[in-house]
Amino acid sequence: MSMLVPFGPQHPVLPEPLQLRLELDDEKVIAAMPVVGYVHRGLEKLAEQKDFIQDTFLIERVCGICSFQHSMAYSMGVEEIMNIEVPERANYLRVIWAELHRMHSHLLALGLLADAFGFENLFYTIWKVREEIMDAMEATTGARVMLGACCIGGVRKDISPEQAKFVLEKLANFEKMFKRPAEVILGDYSVKERLCGIGVIDGKTAYELGTVGPALRGSGMAKDHRMTGYAAYGKLGFEPIVENDGDCYARTKVRVRELYQSAELVKAALAALPEGELKTPFKGNPLGEAAVRVEQPRGEVLYYLRGNGTDKLDRLRIRTPTFANIAPLLRMLVGCGLPDVAVIILSIDPCISCTER
Amino acid sequence: MSKAIKKSPWVVHFNCNSCNGCDIEFLACLTPTYDVERFGVLHVGNPKHADVLVVTGSVNNRNKHVLKNVYDQMPEPKVVVAMGACPATGGIFADCYNVIGGVNAVIPVDVHVPGCPPKPEAMMDGIIEAVGILEKKRNGETVPPPVLPVKTVKGPEAPPMTPEMAAKIAAAKAAAAAKAAAAKAEAEKANENQEARAE
Amino acid sequence: MMTINEVLTLDNQQEKIGALLLRGYRFVTMTVVDKGEEFDIFYHFDLDYEMVTYQLVLKKGDVLPSISGICFAAVIVENEIQDLFGITVSNLAIDYEKHFLLAADAPAEPFCRVPGVGVTAVKASAVENGGDK
Repeated sequence: MSMLVPFGPQHPVLPEPLQLRLELDDEKVIAAMPVVGYVHRGLEKLAEQKDFIQDTFLIERVCGICSFQHSMAYSMGVEEIMNIEVPERANYLRVIWAELHRMHSHLLALGLLADAFGFENLFYTIWKVREEIMDAMEATTGARVMLGACCIGGVRKDISPEQAKFVLEKLANFEKMFKRPAEVILGDYSVKERLCGIGVIDGKTAYELGTVGPALRGSGMAKDHRMTGYAAYGKLGFEPIVENDGDCYARTKVRVRELYQSAELVKAALAALPEGELKTPFKGNPLGEAAVRVEQPRGEVLYYLRGNGTDKLDRLRIRTPTFANIAPLLRMLVGCGLPDVAVIILSIDPCISCTER
Repeated sequence: MSKAIKKSPWVVHFNCNSCNGCDIEFLACLTPTYDVERFGVLHVGNPKHADVLVVTGSVNNRNKHVLKNVYDQMPEPKVVVAMGACPATGGIFADCYNVIGGVNAVIPVDVHVPGCPPKPEAMMDGIIEAVGILEKKRNGETVPPPVLPVKTVKGPEAPPMTPEMAAKIAAAKAAAAAKAAAAKAEAEKANENQEARAE
Repeated sequence: MMTINEVLTLDNQQEKIGALLLRGYRFVTMTVVDKGEEFDIFYHFDLDYEMVTYQLVLKKGDVLPSISGICFAAVIVENEIQDLFGITVSNLAIDYEKHFLLAADAPAEPFCRVPGVGVTAVKASAVENGGDK
């Protein structure tokens, strides 16, 4: 006999309100059904009411965790419609901030995952490391979360040589401080006990269900939108990180390895930072449509924009990575035990605020 | 008992309609760099254990019941801290169709922390102010609600509904309903046919 | 600029999308744009970082057949479309009956526009539905 158990919306391990209705047979999950809408605001509609320059800052508030990359994707969309060439220096600066954002997001996700399986010490240690990255962002833009650094045509802030030195120091600190927690995540038997073989999804199923980001790369599919070389990624050399097991442990391993990769990308971008303008001035309003994709910490995001020649957009559509990862999440949960539900949910690093906008 | 609460307020955090910016900053407060636990603040998951409710984000039509529910479960005396611009007035999302407004549309707020998102230091100040209010409430004093400097942040209202618009909407709705009914009937018919064939 | 690779009709929608999925394309998402008299529905697919977009023009009031039978990933976005645009999607694998994102007392069909009135008509139509606040 099965029974229905609601998981959430206010749940100690979930930082955000999400409800899953779990159909249980004893302790085993037979089916899961998401109930969302607790953080639905209607941001896409609001973006049609504000003008397209104000929207850059509205769109940062789609999600506080990957805010810079949202404004970057939006700016790239408007630039594509209006044929604005972004200065080379701005492209490199965008990569630097985008990668810093990826680092803080992955550290946050790893910490929350540790909290979900009850390893509080690991959670606190990882979040202490994360503060190094937050310091680097605050030193370069003046804000910790909502950077407000990206704008249409380029960036609004610059990184001076002193600031670059500070960022490099912080990255060196990160590598030193993250060594021990990384060893624990990847090597400790109690962590492996909770992650290995849990929430398995094979590469083919994951791909068919439209999975994106570390959840897809953890299943052996080398898909990373940075490979297309937008902004300055094409010049920095980039290979996606892949793990083959498809379980929670593989997804965690992808994030740990991507952290080091992002640090390398920031260093490379700082070293190659060309001189030049920060921003291309532009005139007029967007007319036409564009679909732009950017790789965020959680996976690929799609921005669809349609401008009608006025200062207000006709339509803005945002497909965020967690939105695509819900269908595979439902598949991963089938057959797992009730204690593993929280771990599996956090292994895809959900961002509900993104999902519902 | 009173002393214990003053020295160690237990905090429950509810993400109402937030973009996560305030939530991650509040979580950062709990972690070693800022370490709000050195003031005795303990983050709990159960509202029945808590003295202070920290709310981030504005209120929408679905979570207003959840927020009220969490608030009602907390024992008296209790203090509500609204973190950020959204729980104060709706913030940048005040004009959204699914946003009712700030948290004080549903429950009374005692402390507002400004910012989008506020810095962790400001959040800690907010919690410590809440502890003072908690103490006053415990002693039976009435605490006046905080006055917001912002009066209104809503944009201009939509134009009033004209009879033509209403007629157009009604016609479109009727057509949609008729189509849907027709499609349903057809589907049922197809199903019946299939069943008949199967038999 | 976005290229539209093919324009679908209600008759060949399932068949064309099914054929695309068999060729190894990954479903990205669907986008709906309200053009006043009709909806533009875009199906976005991806193969090796190349995006393929199919367009379907749906008259207001028409029923949209779901593709969740051949592509389960679409079920979430189709439910969202039901909520936000009031389009009825038939044969959904999981049907939330237009209350996926929006609560029962939220404004209904917030993204719909009244022909010729534009964006600002939204709040008025929501009031007419008896929903707002």
